Amino acid sequence: MRPRNWTFYVQLAGFAGFCAFAVAANGWFVWRAAASYRLGDAWLPAVVMGSIIGPIFIILSWIISRLFFKIALRKTKSGKSPAPLEIFPEEEVLVAPIFEAPTGGFLATMAVLTCVSLWAIFAWCYQMYYGLAVTGLNNPVFWGFYITNFVFFIGISHAGTLISAILRIVQAEWRRSITRSAEVITVLVLVFGAGNIILDLGRPDRALNVFLAGRFQSPLMWDVCSITTYLIGSTLYLYLPLIPDIAILRDRAQGWRKPLYELLSLNWSGSHEEREVLEKCIAIMAILVIPVAVSVHTVVSYVFSMTVQPMWHSTIFGPYFVVGAIFSGIAALIIAMAVLRKGYGLENHLRAIHFENLGKLLLVMCCLWFYFTFSEYLTTWYGGEPEHMVIFNLKISGPYAPAFWLMAVTCFVVPFGVLVSPLGKTVRGTVIASSTVIVGMWLERFLIVVPTLIRPRLPYTTGGYTPSWVEISLFAGCISTFVMLYAMFTRVFPIVSIWEVREGKEQAEGEVVARIRTYFPS
Amino acid sequence: MESLTTSRNGFLRGLLGTLGVFLLSGIGKAWGTAPGDAGHGKRPLKPGEHRWGMVIDLDKCTGCGSCVVACSTENNLALGNPQEAAMGRIIRWLKILPSQEGEFPAPKQRLLPMPCQQCDTPPCTKVCPVYATFRNEEGIVGQVYSRCIGCRYCLNACPYTCKDFNWKAPVWPKEMQASFNPDVSIRPKGVVEKCLFCHHRLQRAKEEAVAEGRPLRENDYQPACAEICPAKAIVFGDLNNNDSDAANLSKDPRAFHLLEELGAEPKVTYLKEGA
Repeated sequence: MRPRNWTFYVQLAGFAGFCAFAVAANGWFVWRAAASYRLGDAWLPAVVMGSIIGPIFIILSWIISRLFFKIALRKTKSGKSPAPLEIFPEEEVLVAPIFEAPTGGFLATMAVLTCVSLWAIFAWCYQMYYGLAVTGLNNPVFWGFYITNFVFFIGISHAGTLISAILRIVQAEWRRSITRSAEVITVLVLVFGAGNIILDLGRPDRALNVFLAGRFQSPLMWDVCSITTYLIGSTLYLYLPLIPDIAILRDRAQGWRKPLYELLSLNWSGSHEEREVLEKCIAIMAILVIPVAVSVHTVVSYVFSMTVQPMWHSTIFGPYFVVGAIFSGIAALIIAMAVLRKGYGLENHLRAIHFENLGKLLLVMCCLWFYFTFSEYLTTWYGGEPEHMVIFNLKISGPYAPAFWLMAVTCFVVPFGVLVSPLGKTVRGTVIASSTVIVGMWLERFLIVVPTLIRPRLPYTTGGYTPSWVEISLFAGCISTFVMLYAMFTRVFPIVSIWEVREGKEQAEGEVVARIRTYFPS
Repeated sequence: MESLTTSRNGFLRGLLGTLGVFLLSGIGKAWGTAPGDAGHGKRPLKPGEHRWGMVIDLDKCTGCGSCVVACSTENNLALGNPQEAAMGRIIRWLKILPSQEGEFPAPKQRLLPMPCQQCDTPPCTKVCPVYATFRNEEGIVGQVYSRCIGCRYCLNACPYTCKDFNWKAPVWPKEMQASFNPDVSIRPKGVVEKCLFCHHRLQRAKEEAVAEGRPLRENDYQPACAEICPAKAIVFGDLNNNDSDAANLSKDPRAFHLLEELGAEPKVTYLKEGA
């Protein structure tokens, strides 16, 4: 048995805490179903949601128990601590950001980002004090920037977990150096997505009412369940492949990092048995997070499509939102990778081929996005229902036409043009395409949320919607805080998976050759 | 092998059939969408109880606006100021919507008094994540100010755009603060509020009826707008009572509901103008 030091007790608390949480989550669904039944309300939605989410939490706690019992509590020979794990010379560049002092440019960037974030915190306090009157929202435009950003950020979050999980499952070997940077985007940006809902609430102090009085017929409750599951699942999915890397860092780290890495590395020694356990857990998680990720943006779209409002009430919104989410997610990943490559000199790890391959994925999503948008607008226009046409015309030729056509250019014309040209195989080309996609996808979310609300069905005197400085500041603050947290992550953990790249170099070639042989008659 | 496959198929079919029967029998109630059931987030209407409704005769309405004033005073609505009006943030539970028909030289303006439509299957109560809005046994759609989290989903789901949001804490001139209606609570900032058919008046009427040991009479309970209307364009009453004016007028040949095709089953009936 390993010595009972403080790391053991913290790990035990984490394991027990998560299991208790999983049990509590299941109990919560039962409680809410019973409460709905008592109130004479529909109880089946709570049961259905619980029977989907509940088992997922049980699987997650099973994975955590595997980590705890099979890795952290592993019997070691003669109670000695495992031999230090070495770092090969070509991997020095990956740990350099962690062990070397940050450059002046990095610190200056962080200082600027901190200022923006502090300003946003001030804006938030201002809004908390005066109420949502400080926004540009009004009657009938009850949702604006915050909900747009919510949908946008949740969309970006599909960068990581989903892409990395799919690439892992299909055994795309080129994934090895990009999965980490993608997964971090997911976890961090999800926090801001969910945070924008809190910003949007009239009474953020009562946000916990969704747990105390949750009502499962509301699509917002579906969001709460789905996003919470996704956040927990993708955090675990980020953490699992980090464990061997943390162990590598642990053996070199000093100072405050040492106990942190000791705690998080779960006593990892890199033995064969540990790897087997870990890889099995990663494989399970990779499969698990895909349906969860798809469900997340599906239920985000349901918030709109479940109402009967014109141009929200659309049957294709689920897949349309998921496609848009993956689209913007890949774009965000390409930009993040380009910045990391430039900033940390990772040209050798994040190579042109990675950008080229991601660019191909981006091109596929670009075509799919066009297909969905085309279907959505063509059916509305052809059907020509007057109430839908009011909103349709607002977007195509009315006050929102500039935004709409800019979206068409930035989401389709530019990225498609760039990605099919020879430029699409270069880092620069994919980054140009991704940057326009990010802008375009934000516009797309905005054009879904706001125009429908501008013109109610009945003859209300309506104004419009212009975001106030508070809303713009909070948007800027979300982005700056996200970038800041991302940068801080790269200073504590390797942003390119050391062990996976190493494994790829050492083993993948043989595995791939063996795999290819099985494709053909012997 | 053949028999094994057949028996497995048979077993699966039997299992699915059982499940199907189970689901079909229970699903309507459990989802809250069975026909005749009150539906989403609402208790079923008890037969024989009151079902409050309103009839607004557009032929009689002069657009004088006294219903709006009466409603605002009765329900402690803040006055608002020109800046808020320009932002579209004035809260009125009952609004008069003007709409222009035809161009110069023969324009015609139509006026539409808009209280909450008090739907029987309200799109707003469906989407509330915290049970802050509900439809009660007597058909009135309520709002729990102390529970509402202010997500404004119900406002967006309402096809009539009838609910209001407190963008800030309400303020009144000093002179008005002595004349609040003590029966109606002041709403804090950040919550949704709406027309409740002057529900506090129903409470008082019920209490009086109990104190006097008699059943509730037809005209014991009238909302402020119906009471004040000088043209008697607003008629309020129990739609379950066949003798009430409201019930009879709601079956008038001129009667129609706003956006009837959306299936929200509003209990505010309009009588067509100029028919």
